[in-house]
Amino acid sequence: MKAQQSLKSLAASLLALASLNVSPALASTGKLVLTGGISTIEGAGGGGLTPWAMIGTQATENEIGVAANLSYGRTNDYRLETKSVMLGWNERVELSLGQQSFDTGITGRALVGPQGVDLEQTIIGAKVRLFGDAILDADRLMPAVSVGVQHKRLDAGDLAPILRGLNASTSGTDFYVAATKLFLKQGVLVNGTLRATKANQNGLLGFGGNNNTSYELMPEFSVAKMLRDNLAIGAEYRFMPNNLKLDTPNGNGLAADDWKDIFVVWAPSKNLSLTAAYVDLGRIVPATTNGRDQTGFYLSAQLAF
Amino acid sequence: MKKLLTALCIAASIGITPIQAQANTTPTLYEQLGGKESIRTVMDDFVLRLTMDPRIGDQFKDTNRARLSALLTEQVCEATGGPCKYPGLDMKAAHAGMTITKAHFNALVEVLVDSLNAAGVPFGLQTDILALLAPMHRDVITVR
Repeated sequence: MKAQQSLKSLAASLLALASLNVSPALASTGKLVLTGGISTIEGAGGGGLTPWAMIGTQATENEIGVAANLSYGRTNDYRLETKSVMLGWNERVELSLGQQSFDTGITGRALVGPQGVDLEQTIIGAKVRLFGDAILDADRLMPAVSVGVQHKRLDAGDLAPILRGLNASTSGTDFYVAATKLFLKQGVLVNGTLRATKANQNGLLGFGGNNNTSYELMPEFSVAKMLRDNLAIGAEYRFMPNNLKLDTPNGNGLAADDWKDIFVVWAPSKNLSLTAAYVDLGRIVPATTNGRDQTGFYLSAQLAF
Repeated sequence: MKKLLTALCIAASIGITPIQAQANTTPTLYEQLGGKESIRTVMDDFVLRLTMDPRIGDQFKDTNRARLSALLTEQVCEATGGPCKYPGLDMKAAHAGMTITKAHFNALVEVLVDSLNAAGVPFGLQTDILALLAPMHRDVITVR
């Protein structure tokens, strides 16, 4: 509830700021179509799973832009809804606020009863581009390089005592560096991100745990091919730590696997991008899901100015 | 064994000949675009669209459209491997004293893409052209 209020007030202040200050930016919408990326499930500018080095929104140099995103993902046993807003300034700084709502499905029902559990996570993010132009420097190999931080707070509801029992904290902070390059001639975008994190399943199962309490470095990769100026396909791979342990006859009942997706993104207009993806998140709490891989689909819409 | 070698040689000669032939006759980007007249047609359309663009049209209101189109044609012709020599000022000198932001530059790129689309230039060739022209942002943009 609190998170929703803060999301609303941030959105309101972003819009106020935008209308005050940046009517030229909004009028000219200075970035080339799709070159700001889309919104990740955490709210940062990037692919669907991985933050990229580009600063999100339609704002280019000397401009301020805003973007809002809604997404819905569904796997065999779980559902994830995200809402996020983002502010971009001068292709230099990006601030984001994301709200994730995760329906734990069969796992919640098995652990706390028929009412199940929805996990709510709030993510405040900031990103600064250090150097490089990912799009226009087609004659150079130098990518755009950015550093970012994501502070996450999890409201685990009735699962909180279980996470405590597993020595997992309900808040954590990720730090990352991202390098992104569009090979313009080939129409191919390549991104590599290195994230220092303790987050279990992106933070939805807390931070750290009975198997590991320290930060680990997790690589993330994205590649996309532009088919037209407003249509691209691609794939992502995000490594995940294994901080939780629960011995079961079938192995670790809390094992986590790397997250993968293949996606298509289409921008019917400069301000709207629509993404559809097939996702494979590997195992998420295999103890209660028969060790099934969580495959499914993901849909996302972003409005950007 | 000898048979196999012969077969390999034949296969190789069949396989390689077309590749070599292709290497000798690979058309330049200039040729793929249809030569100078086609480029001029696209540039005429491009310059017209520039003057009408709500974001950057003002910057071209006193421009001699035919002259700009001719200059751009020479420039694109030369950049894409055609038999031309761009006679104008270099990009830095040509834009000195003008107020050109990255938003202006990107708007110009979008207008160019509109013209290329209108002329039916395939996306694969469009990115070839953009990759040649995009690095000019370093000299064209005057307000960072």
